[in-house]
Amino acid sequence: MSRNDSKYFSTTKKGEIPELKEELNSQYKDKRKDAVKKVIAAMTVGKDVSSLFTDVVNCMQTENLELKKLVYLYLINYAKSQPDLAILAVNTFVKDSQDPNPLIRALAVRTMGCIRVDKITEYLCDPLQRCLKDDDPYVRKTAAICVAKLYDINAELVEDRGFLESLKDLISDNNPMVVANAVAALAEIQDNSSRPIFEITTHTLSKLLTALNECTEWGQVFILDALSRYKAADAREAENIVERVTPRLQHANCAVVLSAVKMILQQMELITSTDVVRNLCKKMAPPLVTLLSAEPEIQYVALRNINLIVQRRPTILAHEIKVFFCKYNDPIYVKMEKLEIMIKLASDRNIDQVLLEFKEYATEVDVDFVRKAVRAIGRCAIKLERAAERCISVLLELIKIKVNYVVQEAIIVIKDIFRRYPNTYESIIATLCESLDTLDEPEAKASMIWIIGEYAERIDNADELLESFLESFPEEPALVQLQLLTATVKLFLKKPTEGPQQMIQVVLNNATMETDNPDLRDRAYIYWRLLSTDPEAAKDVVLAEKPVITDDSNNLDPSLLDELLVNIATLSSVYHKPPEAFVTRTHSSAQKTEDDEYPDGIESESSVNPANGPGSPPTSSYTIPASPPPAAAPVPDLLGDLIGMDNNSIVPLDQPATPSGPPLPIVLPASTGQGLQVSAQLTRRDGQVFYSMLFENNSQVPLDGFMIQFNKNTFGLAAAGPLQVPQLQPGTSTRILLPMVMFQNMSQGPPSSVLQVALKNNQQPVWYFNDKILFHVFFTEDGRMERATFLETWRSLPDSNEVSKDFPAIVIGGVDATVERLAASNIFFIAKRKNANQDVFYFSAKLPRGIPLLVELTTAVGNPGVKCAIKTPSPEMSTFIFEAIETLLRS
Amino acid sequence: MSGAASALFLLDIKGRILVWRDYRGDVSAIEAERFFTKLIDKQADEQSQDPVVYDNGVTYMFIQHSNIYLVVAARQNCNAASLLFFLHRLVDVFKHYFEELEEESLRDNFVVVYELLDEIMDFGYPQYTEAKILSEFIKTDAYRMEVTQRPPMAVTNAVSWRSEGISYKKNEVFLDVVESVNILVNSNGQLVRSDVVGALKMRTFLSGMPECKLGLNDRVLLEAQGRTTKGKAIDLEDIKFHQCVRLARFENDRTISFIPPDGSFDLMTYRLSTQVKPLVWVEANVEKHSKSRIEIMVKARSQFKERSTATNVEIELPVPVDATNPNVRTSMGSASYAPEKDALIWKIRSFPGGKEYMLRAEFRLPSITDEEAAPERKAPIRVKFEIPYFTVSGIQVRYLKIIEKSGYQALPWVRYITMAGEYELRLI
Repeated sequence: MSRNDSKYFSTTKKGEIPELKEELNSQYKDKRKDAVKKVIAAMTVGKDVSSLFTDVVNCMQTENLELKKLVYLYLINYAKSQPDLAILAVNTFVKDSQDPNPLIRALAVRTMGCIRVDKITEYLCDPLQRCLKDDDPYVRKTAAICVAKLYDINAELVEDRGFLESLKDLISDNNPMVVANAVAALAEIQDNSSRPIFEITTHTLSKLLTALNECTEWGQVFILDALSRYKAADAREAENIVERVTPRLQHANCAVVLSAVKMILQQMELITSTDVVRNLCKKMAPPLVTLLSAEPEIQYVALRNINLIVQRRPTILAHEIKVFFCKYNDPIYVKMEKLEIMIKLASDRNIDQVLLEFKEYATEVDVDFVRKAVRAIGRCAIKLERAAERCISVLLELIKIKVNYVVQEAIIVIKDIFRRYPNTYESIIATLCESLDTLDEPEAKASMIWIIGEYAERIDNADELLESFLESFPEEPALVQLQLLTATVKLFLKKPTEGPQQMIQVVLNNATMETDNPDLRDRAYIYWRLLSTDPEAAKDVVLAEKPVITDDSNNLDPSLLDELLVNIATLSSVYHKPPEAFVTRTHSSAQKTEDDEYPDGIESESSVNPANGPGSPPTSSYTIPASPPPAAAPVPDLLGDLIGMDNNSIVPLDQPATPSGPPLPIVLPASTGQGLQVSAQLTRRDGQVFYSMLFENNSQVPLDGFMIQFNKNTFGLAAAGPLQVPQLQPGTSTRILLPMVMFQNMSQGPPSSVLQVALKNNQQPVWYFNDKILFHVFFTEDGRMERATFLETWRSLPDSNEVSKDFPAIVIGGVDATVERLAASNIFFIAKRKNANQDVFYFSAKLPRGIPLLVELTTAVGNPGVKCAIKTPSPEMSTFIFEAIETLLRS
Repeated sequence: MSGAASALFLLDIKGRILVWRDYRGDVSAIEAERFFTKLIDKQADEQSQDPVVYDNGVTYMFIQHSNIYLVVAARQNCNAASLLFFLHRLVDVFKHYFEELEEESLRDNFVVVYELLDEIMDFGYPQYTEAKILSEFIKTDAYRMEVTQRPPMAVTNAVSWRSEGISYKKNEVFLDVVESVNILVNSNGQLVRSDVVGALKMRTFLSGMPECKLGLNDRVLLEAQGRTTKGKAIDLEDIKFHQCVRLARFENDRTISFIPPDGSFDLMTYRLSTQVKPLVWVEANVEKHSKSRIEIMVKARSQFKERSTATNVEIELPVPVDATNPNVRTSMGSASYAPEKDALIWKIRSFPGGKEYMLRAEFRLPSITDEEAAPERKAPIRVKFEIPYFTVSGIQVRYLKIIEKSGYQALPWVRYITMAGEYELRLI
């Protein structure tokens, strides 16, 4: 059936565009059609053919469906760049939406919804209204999705024109496909709205469960995903729902299966009967196992999800560990995930077989996989006390193979095993020491040194061994230096003879004089002081018993796990991160606020999969159960032991001194800025307003000579000094704080929170972008009032200066946290009183130029809905103040 | 909870865009292309990259098919399982249209590709992926009619996989029961894992809207009907049905009832994880002689009844990468050295039950080896075979009833075959 469209790609001489123009205006139909195809071909290969806009649109009025589709496709692509001309197409769209052929009616609304141009959108409403009530289900199902499109462009319009009601009516449509699309659209709209729009009642529930039997596989996924957030009233309802959903486990589409599993797991939380639960677990196991016969990409998603499921319901797959054994040809990403699940399912019953597998994997060729297999053996040893000895003997066998990275990895895990079972397996130290010279990875070296220090009294030549490391002390990485320091001190305390005494001098000298690492220096000084004042105390501290570590293979925090289980089958469950962590925006018409979790970490080349980023456990995956957190670091940190200080609180010096902090919203995306991306936000620090900016140069050339200019604005914000950005090399970024002043260039007219910014550099044209002024940066530090002053001020202001507003969706959970948060933004707590079942809170703040601001919040703690009343001499600012308070309460 | 794709890309083997469709206007094609070319460049030949990748606010999910990549990009927390499965479905659709899905066929048919991308997904939500029905209203030139088409009823019908008005002179159904045996044997000869994955593959040539009912020797069903099972019934562990089968009905009374699509499809798949005795057992003995030569002795034994015969048996024996000068003798079939696979491939066209065959091979090895050399990849012995007229599970089609309102008689043809799936013995 193939045909040769590729001829359209072939370019003609130089005058391509004029030639196309001519052909598009040809009097012959076929020639015009061919010309449009050529235009689309050019568009496909990325040529800019937007200049042909009028000519292409002229071809739109045609009976030929294929040609019409091509013109529509062109419009979707270029309407945005030619908004004024796009209006030319409106008439044809409106006409097509009334065509007798349902394919054309649907095509017209579908395409109009894709054109994100305000002028077109205005004309979309009437056709959409008609199509939502069309006789043909094909048109209705397309119109249902179109409501979601419109909501994305202009939410208000959707609400004003009553489209939400029409959409809700479609849930009762007699066509299952229409129902499914309406559900998808409503679910998306709900996600982007703070007020309840799509509430699933028992009535809708039963309707949707019925539609489930009839709609397409994709529709089933929409419905199951939407229903999984339904909370059943009681165990009985939950059981009923589950009963209706379980047949879906037999569906050939794995997405249907996973979404059904998600829903069943949610409802199971409510079911109390252990028999029912056990039965359900039994029912879910086979479909989950079968997912592993799917295509590898789907296996990967399934495995990431199974990882979560076994953490909540380990019994489901307790007997199925064999299906997770790796096949020779499994892609490496599948093998890695299988390994993780094998560790989770390993038990005293199956450990022998599991160890045999791990050993097999440890002799494969993929280095990462081999390392992970070796670590897996160690993790099993830590998890299963009775199997520890067998695990160790496997590790020793692997060490004997003398493959360098296997040996190093084995030593790292053996160190952990020593920490888990102190004074049990020291007999193997001799074997470990044989491999001493081959260690070249810092973590393995550090582990070995820790072992030597910890068991110095049992290793005859411990001093010689450590000494061999000391020669290269200055060149070692910090990790190894810290361990060497501690191990030498331990050795000295255990064997205070001449050799170790000399060694300790050398080490302490090296670590205090010749280093610029503050961690190392501080630790060395503390040891030095301890040793010189009271060696016995030093012993008590340095040689103190360390808390025993535990296995963490079920390492997700329960509340995170809950959240992830609600998100089964979605990206969140693949990444093992809550959606907020990677969803950069929910509403495209809103200003782009990309609260990117990896603002600096992800340079364009380091495409880290978040799943394998912080999620994949290094050795530090062993945590200590007790609450005091010392020695939580991968290598037992004796400085932590020593002064009982959390390791993490020590800030390494090599971090840039530039201000870091929460990620900034992007104001100039790289796509608009020819590779220059700017994120910025107003902040307040030490009583001054700053414009905190992050510049990222994704272009190919170095950028320099940055200058900034702020347009006149309501608050008269302007830069207090020149913008000082160093030359920015490609692929680098920099953060700066630009001090700002107020009341400099005030704009007239109605107050507005828009801050218009112009930015230029020597290489690029001037960029303009809009930022939003966050009013709470203006609250001054001296806003705290005495209660008397507060009352007096309140009374002195006329009632006309009092304005109030409701925040229906806001919940005040913890009072203390809220008070603290507001105080951090200079809104200070004054008093609290009870009024009926509600709490009333009073706060004071000050605006610049000493204008007082009094705030009264009324709410029932823990329930949604906060009434906010303010009183101030400048009530014209109230809109901004409310916005600021709402933002602060929400965050 | 909800979420949809932002865009769909079809990329060439280097990661450059061939065709793309923007569904939400929030993903930049240039960035996607830049990211992907880098990714592909980095991963080189090893397939190590996770199929879900995050970059700068956008998640890319992708699969590869011959020389193209199919990628969906998303900014929301969308259903990853659904979108990846959708990509595989998309491959099926393209294959139905162009026979081969590859760079050339996409270029040659870009107009149809655009039309399909518009129809199968809307605003990032998968809509409709039944290739057969799609081709009724999105046609390639050769079949294009000038009359304006309407969407086939099937697109929005509850029976979305079959059009009305199909007509055949001779009404026939072919049903193939295909079982693949997956086996993993450890180096100590212990059977680590075995399972059987079965599929009922159907090809229907039936007129009208036929109601079908399939009867299997399913123990649960037979017992529910109070029939004696006489040891002939079987337990199917996990059954998956084509979307045409009424799942609720199956859940209620285990009846498999459906209106089939036209042409070929997989009606159901099932899995049995009972221990299966390896049908073909292979034992290998390897002797390395002082780094100069290596001797391999292999015994292959068929462990099924004598009345069955395995055909097209192929035993892949791994040999060291640096082996040369093969010298092979077999008691049956022929063996050839395949250096590109680092393996010796022993082919036996017909292997009756209860027989044992031998192979003896000798290779030269270089006398000098690199001390630092990475350890060799330890490949398992892999076996392929087919055994016609035989199933491991003992599954039987008891009946296939076809009822259509015109009352025609249809002939069902049933065949059984067992083959090797992932059949691995880690013996060398």
